[in-house]
Amino acid sequence: MNLFNLFKIALKALGNNKMRCFLTMLGIIIGVGSVITMLAIGQGSKESIKANIAEMGSNMIMIMPGTDMRGGVRQSSDDMQKLKPADYESLREGLTYVQGISPEVSSQGQFINGNNNYPSKVSGVAIDYLYIRKLTVEQGSMFTERDIQGAAKVCIIGKTVADELFPSGESPIGKVIRFNKIPFKVVGILKSKGYNSMGQDQDDVVLAPYTTIMKRVLAIDYLQMLFASAVSEEQTELAIDEISEILRKNHKLKAGDDDDFNIRSQQELSSMMSSTSDMMTLLLACVAGISLLVGGIGIMNIMYVSVTERTREIGLRMSIGARGIDILTQFLIESIIISITGGLIGVILGCGSAWIVNVLFHWPVQIQIFSVILSFVVCTVTGVFFGWYPAKKASNLDPIEALRYE
Amino acid sequence: MKEIIRLENIRRYFKVGGEDVHALRGVSFTIYEGEFVTIMGTSGSGKSTLLNLLGCLDTPTSGEYYLDGVAVRTMGKNDRARLRNRKIGFVFQNYNLLPKTTALENVELPLLYNSAVSATERHERASTALDHVGLHDRKMHKSNQMSGGQQQRVAIARALVNDPVIILADEATGNLDTRTSYSILVLFQELHRRGRTIIFVTHNPELADFSSRNIVLRDGKVISDERNTNIRSAKEVLDSLPVEKD
Repeated sequence: MNLFNLFKIALKALGNNKMRCFLTMLGIIIGVGSVITMLAIGQGSKESIKANIAEMGSNMIMIMPGTDMRGGVRQSSDDMQKLKPADYESLREGLTYVQGISPEVSSQGQFINGNNNYPSKVSGVAIDYLYIRKLTVEQGSMFTERDIQGAAKVCIIGKTVADELFPSGESPIGKVIRFNKIPFKVVGILKSKGYNSMGQDQDDVVLAPYTTIMKRVLAIDYLQMLFASAVSEEQTELAIDEISEILRKNHKLKAGDDDDFNIRSQQELSSMMSSTSDMMTLLLACVAGISLLVGGIGIMNIMYVSVTERTREIGLRMSIGARGIDILTQFLIESIIISITGGLIGVILGCGSAWIVNVLFHWPVQIQIFSVILSFVVCTVTGVFFGWYPAKKASNLDPIEALRYE
Repeated sequence: MKEIIRLENIRRYFKVGGEDVHALRGVSFTIYEGEFVTIMGTSGSGKSTLLNLLGCLDTPTSGEYYLDGVAVRTMGKNDRARLRNRKIGFVFQNYNLLPKTTALENVELPLLYNSAVSATERHERASTALDHVGLHDRKMHKSNQMSGGQQQRVAIARALVNDPVIILADEATGNLDTRTSYSILVLFQELHRRGRTIIFVTHNPELADFSSRNIVLRDGKVISDERNTNIRSAKEVLDSLPVEKD
């Protein structure tokens, strides 16, 4: 008995029950389709987070005041004021593994230009900030070191802010806008970066000298945060150690004391975020896997019914010379055909729905060849696994009993 | 004459609810090539059990069964399946055709389980077998589009297609009306004339007149085994039947 003949027999038998065959496949189709879609969405978001972080600069280091929280309780409130401009100055002088460093102090508020106003945030930074955050000036120029020293009321604005405040299209350069009643002269416009993958508008920024924001806007003598950029991604760790050492010295911390600041690198953030999205992917894959399992049980169910229903046919086949193994193979082939065809349709459907999700909801998706292959293999295994029991049952039938079955 | 079937003191017991049921209690006979044997018996006489044994679907508890010189009793399941495929043609009371399948495909079925037969040869042999049973114009009809008589003809073609040494018919006319029954009998007589060996199991005593030998079973034993020299022609009976016109 050759396999090709059995394949023909199985195909014929399935053809006799097209509707049932399709309904059985549906379980597999939905299972495979959802596995592929879910993994595509999961992988897509992971990739986009990665891209996002790379966009922000993968060498970036963030220094925040305050200790780590312990058991959810922040240790002291004046910890938040521990970063001083003096720290910034000494870091700027003393670091070797750091390419650029900039403070950041920011304030929310309303920007006003004539009749137009727009709520945004002004960030007080140093010149290195542009390098660290990978920003470029498109029109005009960045404010200067002198502006910083003199706490000059100048700013450089992002595209969104420019469009909102100057809707008529006139050049904002040289114009004065007001932020909480304080006039700022616009000296430059940043090149547009668009939305990042988390949906934040990266052009909704206003940068001003940090001294200006500290003295004239917030009236504070501490820094909210420091941004730095390591020379290279590999040297991030060294840079962090260096920063930590200098800050500990500045803050006169003893050997046993906890840091009163907190250093985060982009790498850390990246691994944290991708582990979150890995978790999500795993979860989605589990849900989809369960639906594949349910599909498999559907196959088993139908094959079982089919064996019972076709008992007479099995008896006939045996009486004209089909061996147990022939019957077993036939039913196995039937269930494998169902699961593989279902799998194929599922792959197509999964890719299709991933694409639809991308087009309709603008979610980043990335179809993985791995997930396609995986679900396909799982499908075939499902077919064999869940087809086996009914097929075994069919092949073990006694031909005499089977022929007499009503 | 060549021996096709030799039964030597065949016994077959079944255990039913802890009790031994003796379906066959020592059956012996020999069937030679070219015989048309009817096996008769009321229900409970053991004729179904005998048929199952003759068809290699079952093995005897004791005694020896030789089919075409091969001892069947000690054979395994798979070997018996192969033997059925090559040496036996079954015709059932209820035809047992595959539904929604053409006559040709139904007839091809036994050859599908014989890997020595190529696809072309399979088609040719199935087609020839259908010609022999007078269905040359219905090869592509599906089984559910045919009358009972036609379906039984397809089943007979299926039994012939592997060129078996013996054709086993189990109440092959039992589901058919009188006219169609006789036309099927005519076909069996034709096959007999062409040299086929046929065993026809039935409970209908009339059919004994049309065969060359009649074996009667009762309570698991052969009570009579007679050769019939005066074979009635089924064709004549068929021709003499009034044609129904209503």
